[in-house]
Amino acid sequence: MQIRVIPGSSAAIYRQIADQVRRAVVSGELSIGDAMPSVRVLAKELVVNPNTVAKAYAELIRDGVLESQPGRGAFVAKRRNVFTRAERTRRLDEALDAAVSAGLVLDFTSDEILARMQAKLEELK
Amino acid sequence: MRVEHVTDTLVIRTKRLTRYFGHRAVVRDLDFSVRRGSVVGLLGLNGAGKTTTIRMLLGFLDPTRGESEVLGIDSRHLTPETRCRIGHTTEGHFLYPWMRVRDCERFGRQTHASWDGNLFDQAVRRFGIDTEAKVSWLSRGQRAGVSLASTLATEPELLILDDPALGLDPVSRRALNETIVEFSESGNCTVLLSSHLLDDVERVADRVALMVDGRMLVDSTLDDFLQRVGAWIVHCEQNPLSQHSIPGLVHCRSLGNRWHITIADPSTEAMDTLETLAERLEPADVNFEEAVLAYLSRSRVGHSFYTGTES
Repeated sequence: MQIRVIPGSSAAIYRQIADQVRRAVVSGELSIGDAMPSVRVLAKELVVNPNTVAKAYAELIRDGVLESQPGRGAFVAKRRNVFTRAERTRRLDEALDAAVSAGLVLDFTSDEILARMQAKLEELK
Repeated sequence: MRVEHVTDTLVIRTKRLTRYFGHRAVVRDLDFSVRRGSVVGLLGLNGAGKTTTIRMLLGFLDPTRGESEVLGIDSRHLTPETRCRIGHTTEGHFLYPWMRVRDCERFGRQTHASWDGNLFDQAVRRFGIDTEAKVSWLSRGQRAGVSLASTLATEPELLILDDPALGLDPVSRRALNETIVEFSESGNCTVLLSSHLLDDVERVADRVALMVDGRMLVDSTLDDFLQRVGAWIVHCEQNPLSQHSIPGLVHCRSLGNRWHITIADPSTEAMDTLETLAERLEPADVNFEEAVLAYLSRSRVGHSFYTGTES
């Protein structure tokens, strides 16, 4: 997978890295057991401070997206839920709010938005 | 046996470091420290006191009062042995114009106790420089490359770069950033980097030290800095500062009939004040550049979150 960072955006660089890895895992671009580049390698590739990459990895490990195997590096972890149902619902609502309001601003009807959402879910199956 | 103590983890430490030129205080009461392994972006407008601070750290200029230590040794008494462990590039990258690049390498080799020619070659190659070229033919970016190469070849533990990116083309900037990231990756080497290029600092630094009018107003990790600064768009007719004072205010900027207000460590008190004075209040996104600019644009409002020496 290709990670891109953009300085000067409202998301801190470590957040941009973490979000892109999360997205790649969810979309299937990264599969369970895939090895992540080491902190050094990724820092060099992206030309960012190694601590920034380490912080992104630490967050992904804490959230169960990656697991670290001592001496071998970080790997994509088996999906497990580290959040409570309430927290998952909150996060889902947050993402849906953004999508729904973007859809309404673009003058789509509720049915059209639902249909697109359905199509997206089908794509992932 | 090596005893790990505080001077070993703090490679730079200043205590109330102050410098006057005539009646003007250029650096005031600086209490600042840099931990081994960090990359610190030293930010501030021209004249904020960055170069004066660096010159005092390196013992090129005596403080009017206060003190500073580098690698555990008083800046005024740095021995040649200690100086060998510090790499320093000055603004403008001075080199002898009649030398060829390979002469610079030879000159460095003969004038330094420790010299790694491979590091020199590696850095020079990264900046795309022909070693047969004369220094006077080089672009500013390439001169920066040679100067950086000469500094890195001495294998310093501490790199102090005074505005190395000034006037560099995008390719040389990239090479400079890569060089800094590579230098810092071992975790034992420390960089103090003064710069005006906020995007580059956001990439390569993990800490930010921000000077305004000779004082250090911010000294924190980059992430903390971003998290602790909040901004709001305030809808109101009058200048919100004319009747109220807002705790932690960094900067207030007019946007026609609205105001963009930046606050450090927004307290409930600050939020209450905003609620009272605003007809409508919207939170605004804060990125690194905007947060820094808010600090640099203000003049002597008198609030800061100076975090001292803890990380």
